[in-house]
Amino acid sequence: MGVPMTRGRWATWGGAALALALAPQVISGGFALTLMTQMAIMIIFALSYNMLLGQGGMLSFGHAVYSGLGAYFAVHALNLVAKGAIGYPVSLLPLVGGLAGALFGALFGWVSTRRAGTTFAMISLGIVELVYAMVLMLPGFFGGEGGISTNRTAGGAHLGVTLGPAIQVYYLAAAWCFASMIAMFALTQTPLGRMANAVRDNPERAEFVGYDTQHVRFLQFVLSAFFAGVSGALSCINYEIVTAENVSAVRSGGVLVAAFIGGTPFFFGPVIGAIVYVFFVGALSGFSQAWLLYLGLFFVVMVLYAPGGIASLIAMQFPVIRSGRLRELLPSYLAAAGAAAVAILGLVGVVEMIYRVSDASLSPQMTLFGLTFHARAAAPWIGFGLTLAAGLALLRGASRRVSARWRAVQAVLGGAAPGRRA
Amino acid sequence: MDFVLVQLLNGISYGLLLFMLASGLTLVFSLMGVLNFAHASFYMLGAYFAYQASVLVGFWPALVIAPLAAAGLGMLVERFGLRRAHPHGHVAELLFTFGLAYLVEEAVHLIWGRSAVNYKIPPELDGPLFSIMGTQFPVYRGFMALIAVAMLVSIWLVLTRTRIGLVITAALTHPGTVEALGHNVPRVFMLVFGGGVGLAALAGVVGGNAFVTDPGMAAALGPIIFVIVVTGGMGSLAGAFYASLIIGCLVTFSVALDWRLADLFARFGLAVTPQTPLATLWNIKLSQAAPTLPYLLMVLMLILRPRGLMGTREG
Repeated sequence: MGVPMTRGRWATWGGAALALALAPQVISGGFALTLMTQMAIMIIFALSYNMLLGQGGMLSFGHAVYSGLGAYFAVHALNLVAKGAIGYPVSLLPLVGGLAGALFGALFGWVSTRRAGTTFAMISLGIVELVYAMVLMLPGFFGGEGGISTNRTAGGAHLGVTLGPAIQVYYLAAAWCFASMIAMFALTQTPLGRMANAVRDNPERAEFVGYDTQHVRFLQFVLSAFFAGVSGALSCINYEIVTAENVSAVRSGGVLVAAFIGGTPFFFGPVIGAIVYVFFVGALSGFSQAWLLYLGLFFVVMVLYAPGGIASLIAMQFPVIRSGRLRELLPSYLAAAGAAAVAILGLVGVVEMIYRVSDASLSPQMTLFGLTFHARAAAPWIGFGLTLAAGLALLRGASRRVSARWRAVQAVLGGAAPGRRA
Repeated sequence: MDFVLVQLLNGISYGLLLFMLASGLTLVFSLMGVLNFAHASFYMLGAYFAYQASVLVGFWPALVIAPLAAAGLGMLVERFGLRRAHPHGHVAELLFTFGLAYLVEEAVHLIWGRSAVNYKIPPELDGPLFSIMGTQFPVYRGFMALIAVAMLVSIWLVLTRTRIGLVITAALTHPGTVEALGHNVPRVFMLVFGGGVGLAALAGVVGGNAFVTDPGMAAALGPIIFVIVVTGGMGSLAGAFYASLIIGCLVTFSVALDWRLADLFARFGLAVTPQTPLATLWNIKLSQAAPTLPYLLMVLMLILRPRGLMGTREG
């Protein structure tokens, strides 16, 4: 089955390639480069996760098992290269990780894809706990608590690439990211990718057509584990250490959050999600101890109000833009954004003050949004509390306005031209 | 012999505690089709509420206050969160409770800090209940088992002997009919969810001081509860009961035994030396492998009997 390369597709993929290639040139700085490398790796991981949740309807709480075990095998391969026991270009290490991921994907997938739905989700959680406990139990191979460290430059130069400078690691991750994106997109267009959608939407009918749903889920699972392993090997090259945290339930939860906030119904959704997630983890964790709380709140709000993720919010605008009616919606959008900003301001104030008060090791004198105040004084509590309440009230009003406007625009668009979905 | 007996009693009391959690989870699952990922988080909240209340008013009032407070919170969660996620399907509901687990953990960090709190067993329940040939069995373990059994009996009485219990039982299988008869089924959902949360919190009240009350307790116990529910068969209360007892005993016995596979091989005349293939694997003590056993049991069950001990075939 050929993939029709429409103009839109050329533009999307060309844009993605260009963005990956030019990002370090446009945004400079060591910290930004670290974040962008992490983003490229996370994009592969989140897309591989979406092969399960978005395309196969399998909600997994244990996807880090495959990236983490891929990373462990990659780190051992790299250490063998360093010892001179084998000759292998370090740039192709993600293949080792991917194969290890796929191997374990086949092993655990055989057990877990026997069931679908909620049971599958619980089994995936059981397997990640099992693997995590095993990793700590077998320090010979997995290095126990300390993990296994390595040196990515040990392979020497291949085609002039030593992987010493961070920029080379970025371009290695970016190249693998682009290749994996194309491969995973191509997979969605194959009969297997289509059958995975069918098994997600209606397993009974898929069986009547003559497909073994278990087998379809299994194949999709193994392929997804392969790409997870690729991302794991890249993170091993990037950090030069692999620990038990790489196979933990925490990391599995992270990729679930990333893929979901990006948007699981869309192929490109997890790309957005990975970028937002790495931003949260990498950038925000430096500013606030409560970043996980903010991330959790953001996730819950997305589950309740935008289950299609950020990508669905963007895709909804396309028919409106095409008909030139975005101008009618913009004022209400801006009002909602303003109200949300007020609510966030109040929320951050309250949360940060609670942290200050509960943690005795911190001084109660604090600076936030350029204001310096005492965390036990009444005035800031009242101020931020009122800001939060006002923000929530405004948000309620603004969201009513947005939906009224939205309905009005849809009523006009409805008869004319049903918008194509991206 | 004394070792076996005391460990068996310990295992049963731990298994009953696990069943307090698993029963609430199973009830909510069979009624609403929602697997509450945050169930263990409410167990943790129960322990923290009880700690706070026992500092302020003492342990005995806390035993009542903490589960009620958690149940109230659970009802609010159902009314304003879960019910909103419901139209988007079961995956959205599961994800909502997953996000909730994050939030509860962070809220606990925020309010009570990152290290364990000093939630102690009350002095009147401290000490040994009896001893069998030198091995002591603590009073508190007996108290835990007593609470669990009392709770089981009362659930059973409520479900079979009261009007609301009959409505709940009917709504399990025929929600449409129950609604047509004039009962408010969404309110029944809210009550059951709150009740399940309250049971989890009660388990937290008695479990928190028996073990440890720290922000990691939800993440440590949660997966075990899900293993129980899967092993027992999704939605089966009886299955959850047997699985709880099996896993309770499995965990309690395995942490106390230093058996190795190498010793077993030695009985058959096969000596394990450092040169034997996979020697580290054969030399692992059972007590070291204890954390993996519940999960291995689950995997084994899925291979041999995918629907669990007493589950029905997946539709």
